[in-house]
Amino acid sequence: MKPEPTRVVYGRTLVELGERNPRLVVLEADIAKSTNTFQFQKRFPERFFQAGVAELNMVCMAAGMATTGLLPFCSTFAVFASMRACEGVRTSICYPRLNVKIVATNGGVEICGDGVTHQAVEDIAITRSFANIAVLAPSDPVTTRNATLAIAEYDGPVYMRLGRQTAAVLHPDNQAFEIGSMIRLRRGDDLAIVACGNMVEQALVAAAELDKEGIRARVLDCHTIKPIDREALRAAARETRGIVTAEDHNVVGGLGGAVCEAVAEECPTIVRRVGLQDRFASSGRDYRKLLAQYHIDAPAIIAAARDVLATSRSHAADRAEPAGAGHVCR
Amino acid sequence: MTGWNSETAARLQDLARELRCDIIRMITEAGSGHPGGSLSAIDIVTYLYFHLMRVDPANPGWEDRDRFVLSKGHCSPAPYAALARRGYFPREVLWTLRDVGSPLQGHPDMRKTPGIDMTTGSLGQGFSAATGIALGGKCQGKDFRVYCMLGDGEVQEGVVWEAAMAAAHYRLDNLVAVVDNNKLQTDGATAEIIGIEPLEEKFRAFGWEARRIDGHDFNAIHEAFAWAQERAGKPHAIVADTVKGKGIREMEGDHRWHGLPPTREQAERFLKELGEEVAV
Repeated sequence: MKPEPTRVVYGRTLVELGERNPRLVVLEADIAKSTNTFQFQKRFPERFFQAGVAELNMVCMAAGMATTGLLPFCSTFAVFASMRACEGVRTSICYPRLNVKIVATNGGVEICGDGVTHQAVEDIAITRSFANIAVLAPSDPVTTRNATLAIAEYDGPVYMRLGRQTAAVLHPDNQAFEIGSMIRLRRGDDLAIVACGNMVEQALVAAAELDKEGIRARVLDCHTIKPIDREALRAAARETRGIVTAEDHNVVGGLGGAVCEAVAEECPTIVRRVGLQDRFASSGRDYRKLLAQYHIDAPAIIAAARDVLATSRSHAADRAEPAGAGHVCR
Repeated sequence: MTGWNSETAARLQDLARELRCDIIRMITEAGSGHPGGSLSAIDIVTYLYFHLMRVDPANPGWEDRDRFVLSKGHCSPAPYAALARRGYFPREVLWTLRDVGSPLQGHPDMRKTPGIDMTTGSLGQGFSAATGIALGGKCQGKDFRVYCMLGDGEVQEGVVWEAAMAAAHYRLDNLVAVVDNNKLQTDGATAEIIGIEPLEEKFRAFGWEARRIDGHDFNAIHEAFAWAQERAGKPHAIVADTVKGKGIREMEGDHRWHGLPPTREQAERFLKELGEEVAV
């Protein structure tokens, strides 16, 4: 595949799914050009439904449609899908466990110029707090295509967060994909970087930099935040000296929160969370500069990695253990 | 739809009286619930389940069945009583309302109760889902109908009008909305909280056919639903003027009975008034 915004890959994959599954319908809230559901609209106009600027009604209508045996995909910006439509997703979709897929674009601060009103830095935290839902944030064109195909097969509510900007190809075209299983992109036993969405690319950049200093960072593409891959986290905690999480999201409750919850229960270790540090971002003309401004990028991951290793050493010294012995959990 | 005569109306009226007794009993047993709105709704609910709707209690998931969505989900005792009497589950189950392990949740749960077509209770969402069910039926060429009951206080929710706009846009003439207009909500008179009238004009302005009836007159109910069968390319709204707590003088028109369960003494008195002698 080639570098593309994940939303473009989603739009194209929806058409592919529509060819195969006549029960698939798409609902949209007046931003089809942006979410790319227009691709499906062009091919299957009779199975494409505008809700207009009415996101709560869109998700509740989708719930009703699902009860008639249809497979609805709803798309809008992440900020509206997770917040304006929040209670509908929770009560009318997740509670009755209806087979509705919410695929939201412009997750994180990637819609840079529009500013805070259109950035979604809480959506992962909000949606993953609902029972019965799976939450995904694929990183690149390959996993986005795989994830779109996988959620159509998955029986139950899904929230999938996509980006806006062009995403580099990080995985081979034949990459295996399973909801709930992290993909290891790089080996390493000094520390693990667990990232989702657009931060996976930054994690790889950071790991390459760290490698020059002789630090071997394992990079895990955590495309599924819920259910989180506890096995991969347990291994990362046991085999390395600590974990850095990286997400284009508030550090409260998102990927970092999910990783901390799992690690605290499975095998406590040092965790540093890279993301928006519990504040709002702002407009920015260049999305990479905006991410840098708010320390959501490779340099921030590198700094967090160094902090993990330094903290690990100081903890080891406190316990009078040999530094770099790895982490042993009971 | 089967025929209609004065005997049909009398039969339904007597059935509704029995279901009123079940409503009083189950809310008293539960020790919490919403009697006022359940009693204002029950005549129309009775008409739907015992005369109009094409349903099969032996096959609750039948995909071509007509649907009933109680968007004012807090009045779940009304459909629960009707479903039990219609044979979806044993009547004894009614006395487990709101208890741990009961299939009868405080608000309707489509996964737990046979015959419940949509999980509802967060006001406005059920109407929106009903619109989706009607749209789902239309786009699959199915001829089932969707009947959705809303409360008058409920129409204050913005999503009700989002759904109303969408239903008209998609020409959902398989959708009928009934507003159980008992004119009282939790905190008092609807007109004093946030006025909602004129309701028919509002629905018409949103592209619906609309009319107003006495929601306790079975002949009027029948006539209105017959009118609503017209496939005019528009959804139909029936504004049913009703009395909160209908059938029990002490409750009628008193907003405090919105969410107040009767005591056992009150329940006995109410059942007696409804013509039942059995103690609860």
